[in-house]
Amino acid sequence: MRAVLSSGRTTGRETAEELARGLGMFSLALGSAQLAAPVAVARLAGVRADGPTVRGVTSLCGVRELVQGAGILSGRGTAGWLWSRVAGDVLDVATLAVGAARRGAAPARLGLSLAALAGVTVADVVAARGLSRRGDDGADECRAVAAVTVNRSRAETYRHWSDLEHLPEFMAHLRSVRVEASGRSHWEAVGPAGSTVRWDAEIVEDREDEVISWRSVGDADVENTGSVRFRDAAGGRGTEVVVELRYRPPGGRAGAVAAKLLGEEPNQQLRDDLRRFKQVLEIGEVVRSEGSPTGQSTRQQLAQRPAQPVA
Amino acid sequence: MRANCWTGKRSVEVREVPDPTILNRRDAIVKITSTAICGSDLHLYNGFIPTMREGDVLGHEFMGEVVEIGPGVDGLSVGDRVVVPFPIACGVCGACERGMTALCENSNPNAGIAEKLLGHSPAALFGYSHMLGGYPGGQAEYARVPFADFGALKVESDLSDEKVLFLSDIFPTGYMGADMAEVGPGDVVAVWGAGPVGQFAIASCFLRGAERVIAIDRIDHRLRLAQETGAETLDFEQVSVPEALAEMTGGRGPDKCIDAVGMEAHHANHALHAYDRAKQAAMLETERPHVLREAVMSCANGGIVSVIGVYGGFTDKFPMGSFMNRYLTMRAGQCHVHRYMPTLLDHVRNGDIDPSFVITHRMPLDDAPKGYRTFLEKADDCEKVVLTP
Repeated sequence: MRAVLSSGRTTGRETAEELARGLGMFSLALGSAQLAAPVAVARLAGVRADGPTVRGVTSLCGVRELVQGAGILSGRGTAGWLWSRVAGDVLDVATLAVGAARRGAAPARLGLSLAALAGVTVADVVAARGLSRRGDDGADECRAVAAVTVNRSRAETYRHWSDLEHLPEFMAHLRSVRVEASGRSHWEAVGPAGSTVRWDAEIVEDREDEVISWRSVGDADVENTGSVRFRDAAGGRGTEVVVELRYRPPGGRAGAVAAKLLGEEPNQQLRDDLRRFKQVLEIGEVVRSEGSPTGQSTRQQLAQRPAQPVA
Repeated sequence: MRANCWTGKRSVEVREVPDPTILNRRDAIVKITSTAICGSDLHLYNGFIPTMREGDVLGHEFMGEVVEIGPGVDGLSVGDRVVVPFPIACGVCGACERGMTALCENSNPNAGIAEKLLGHSPAALFGYSHMLGGYPGGQAEYARVPFADFGALKVESDLSDEKVLFLSDIFPTGYMGADMAEVGPGDVVAVWGAGPVGQFAIASCFLRGAERVIAIDRIDHRLRLAQETGAETLDFEQVSVPEALAEMTGGRGPDKCIDAVGMEAHHANHALHAYDRAKQAAMLETERPHVLREAVMSCANGGIVSVIGVYGGFTDKFPMGSFMNRYLTMRAGQCHVHRYMPTLLDHVRNGDIDPSFVITHRMPLDDAPKGYRTFLEKADDCEKVVLTP
């Protein structure tokens, strides 16, 4: 997944860059303090106890801050580093809450620390969003690309894909695709946390045995465009199928980062979908193992059941 | 049914698990009559292969009788006696069409995991980690065999289980070691490791007309068994292997070198062994590549190094200079068992070889934990353990 960054500058972007530099310096300062005097920093934040765990956790946070600070100030991938700060902020709130609950806290200091963390989180999100912004439309677009070679002719491969209602049998996230006589299609897919997302799409281009491309229309839950290209593999090895998707994930870039942490990596998901497509064309069905009883699925690969017969 | 399950490092347990059921159209269920413990199972046992889960059913060398077939199985019937290859292969993808069934492009539903570690995914294997498919293995009463119409080899009943069981893995694997090394008449071949796969590599070199085979190990009973097959032997704890090989070959080195050891090699020099053992423990490398290094350095100029011992990840201090400047070739791979099975079955049928010569221990499936311990420790002159459910 790559954010598509524009090179066009806006005032908003300059502000975000300045804010990012400030946050980078802040990270370095805080990290140094956490490493130099972990107990003092923890006290200041409201955690009362002192001990190897408090010292260890605070020092680890310090190391993280130093890495992030250096990353932000390096000027490369700044938006990514800022999003890592946002994730760090969430972690800090959780750590502080757990630390306070387990070890006892000074309520006033704890309240102040949490308020300060909330403030920093807002600044991080503003800076990160500012730098992730694409052009003037403020969209957060993700892109996924994957390819597979199918041991079948271009005509057969194209034909199977061109019936869009076939797609849910190998695209793990699609619940259904219904094509109207007009050529418009209704799509239903599994969204974040099991929700359902819907959109309508139209075919933009359809050249037999070569390419199909589509885009969502109207008020889509997930705005998206995509294309699939078919070309002969060298040496008579069948057909190379290349799919490219661009979409605006629900919850924007933060939503995409969160989804990625939950194992929803779009490039791998698309690769898994294409492997299922290949299986359907080459052997007529999706291959299942006892560890992955529903076949290729990115999420299932992270949460395998034991390799034991399915009861 | 009863099945031997991986329960953690150095721990297996025979447990009651559900009976297998048909999941795909080309599946068959096989009632297992004989199954074996493989040297590569010891890599799992010792915890060196990533992505194992508690409760995984082990075993990839098995045979038995077909008791149920899916609706898409042609040419196989209930009651057929079959030997099952350890790689799971569909028979119709590009790799299978070219005979490279250990690289089947369709059998691994967890290809995404394997890609992260290996770049691209090989075929799935029975009972060999989730990265390689998450399929239960054959150290059990029953197994589901995917693509049974392509994989399972029918065997007539006149040949005993013990003569044909090893067509599932170690005989073809040893044979592929010789094939990748292009072993032929006049060759001098060195084989590192005289475990079961090494024994079949040695026997296969002779089947292919090698003039001399030199077996390298440190365990007496293994070296004796290699001698019985006609090999000369070296005990690497008694002699310097590169020097001995040079001396035995008029200074040239062996024309072909076969590594039948893999990632858990031992080195006679305790300091060198400790160096790689420590790096392996600290996850700085996944292999102890003593054999690989020694095979490359010992091989004759222009020779071939053939690797059938299992490696899992990354290796340090590979002697690339020796490899490049001396025009060496290396080939490596999990065995394309399907490709070799029919020819090797003919060799067994013709009496050219009786594969049961490696078996030293026979026990019921319920004794699998004892079998693993005995094999690991090479106790009681253990070479190969066969289990009967």
